[in-house]
Amino acid sequence: MPLLNQQIQDENDYSLTASLDNVRNLSTILKAIHFQEHATCFATKNGIKVTVENAKCVQANAFIQAGIFQEFKVQEEPVTFRINLTVLLDCLSIFGSSSMPGTLTALQMCYQGYGYPLMLFLEEGGVVTVCKINTQEPEETLDFDFCSTNVINKIILQSEGLREAFSELDMTSEVLQITMSPDKPYFRLSTFGNAGSSHLDYPKDSDLMESFNCTQNQVNRYKISLLKPSTKALVLSCKVSIRTDNRGFLSLQYMIRNDDGQICFVEYYCCPDEVPEPDS
Amino acid sequence: MRAPGARGLRLGVRVPTRRGRRARQGVGRPARRLGAEALPGGIPLHAGAFPPGGCTARPWPCGRAGPGSWRPGDASPAPPAAGVSNMIARLAKTCTLRISPSRLNFILADRVAHGGVSMWCELEQENFFSEFQMEGVSAESNAIYLELISENLSRALKTAQNARALKIKLTNKHFPCLTVSIELLSVSNSSRIVTHDIPIKVIPRKLWKDLQEPTVPDSDVSIYLPLLKTMKSVVEKMKNISNHLIIEANLNGDLNLKIESELVCVTTHFKDLGNPPVAWEDASQDRNPARMVEVHVDIRKFLQFLSGQQVNPTKAVCNIVSNKVVHFDLLHEDVSLQYFIPALS
Repeated sequence: MPLLNQQIQDENDYSLTASLDNVRNLSTILKAIHFQEHATCFATKNGIKVTVENAKCVQANAFIQAGIFQEFKVQEEPVTFRINLTVLLDCLSIFGSSSMPGTLTALQMCYQGYGYPLMLFLEEGGVVTVCKINTQEPEETLDFDFCSTNVINKIILQSEGLREAFSELDMTSEVLQITMSPDKPYFRLSTFGNAGSSHLDYPKDSDLMESFNCTQNQVNRYKISLLKPSTKALVLSCKVSIRTDNRGFLSLQYMIRNDDGQICFVEYYCCPDEVPEPDS
Repeated sequence: MRAPGARGLRLGVRVPTRRGRRARQGVGRPARRLGAEALPGGIPLHAGAFPPGGCTARPWPCGRAGPGSWRPGDASPAPPAAGVSNMIARLAKTCTLRISPSRLNFILADRVAHGGVSMWCELEQENFFSEFQMEGVSAESNAIYLELISENLSRALKTAQNARALKIKLTNKHFPCLTVSIELLSVSNSSRIVTHDIPIKVIPRKLWKDLQEPTVPDSDVSIYLPLLKTMKSVVEKMKNISNHLIIEANLNGDLNLKIESELVCVTTHFKDLGNPPVAWEDASQDRNPARMVEVHVDIRKFLQFLSGQQVNPTKAVCNIVSNKVVHFDLLHEDVSLQYFIPALS
């Protein structure tokens, strides 16, 4: 009897069971938010949301919808636990992270409930790896209260347009300033580093610009150290939606196409950098 | 006075070129068999000797003496030699090279303080060299032991990958060297020769006893290894989580690699690997073939062993002595490798 079936005696014992033919469909998305050691997972019957936060200012969410999995069952929702993301990714890519033609790693994942470890069964070419990852007390995650009704400006870009800009950000600059405006310069990224300032403008009629909906001139600054990790998601994505709301909060939504052509989303929220008091 | 360790050695290689200055440097020598001939210094060489004025017969510094003559004449296809030296360089920083009339051995005998890993790599001289001459310290102990930094050798041989001919000699250029001369292919008629002098230490005979072929312990389980590439990628990931690896196997062809930490337990199960027949005969009748025998090892040592294997061997066997040592026995086309990793206490 295959080991995979042997170990999972009764599916009803588990609050979460999922199986996947190609583990890369999961690991790629998780890599896009891997900028902190720990992540919180929420599973509902719609899928799994994995959240990573840093400095109470930035939050990244990866959505792996149930349809990505070949089998996905949640008994009592929501299932919530915290897990070491670094370890999870090491386990998921135990048979190597590069995709080799003809060799897919299959995954069966199950979680019995609060206090139990997350069990992973990975199989490639008849070799099975069983991982038992201890889960931790879920932590409260931030609510950025980012409502689409409060969105002031919204741009959808092809990711390649932003990729170079982000990978070459002047990291000596403390902030990245984003200007979005219905008039010139429409969309501008600025840094203020040791070697001087740099501005990068995207014209509104550029081929890279999929949609441009800016209603108000907004200039916001974000800590560059907080935004830089989003490059991981950017390089994997095909499109990115950049939105700001009336408080200057930034939302970056990345559309990522996996090996099987399915679409997943990764989302970053970031608070604006505090603006110094005018008289100080 | 003779060095306690070596009398003479040279591995010549067919390099069809003119005699002359280059020849005096020890390169470029026609591969004519001249029969036994004496080198300056009066060290007789065996068949296929270099012409007079040969490359290796310089006197050794005082106290060390006559260069052994070991010469793999037309050390023909350079790539296999480069492959071996590359593997050795990945396995051991410094190693001992033992040269005897019929074979070469790369030896590592690490001190326990450094992890106690040992290695015994053996290659038949005639599979690698078309011309080979060596003379050990005496007729009874006809061997030469050298210590060298393995990367130096692999780097030198890397140049030889597209060479026309390669020649290796034991020389003395102010200090004892292994001189690797490589004649490169060139478009024009003029030949281009690269010479590497690899500093070595000749190991005196009194230390030879520490460098003998290790005896293979009676193992509790002997099992064929799975694809080394798969194991390597698994162990690489496991190394990120723990330093401590448990290798366990039974006589049913099951092999498990296991790590346990506070955060996570990971076990990779390899099945149906098969056990070499000898293990079956040795196994006592009442023994349960499903019983696992385990050994705990330093994961970095195991990974180092796996990283050294760029080509999957034709045969790979793992012998486990419960909680003592794990012994890997690999057979490549022309090379056999034994690697021992002691158990962590």
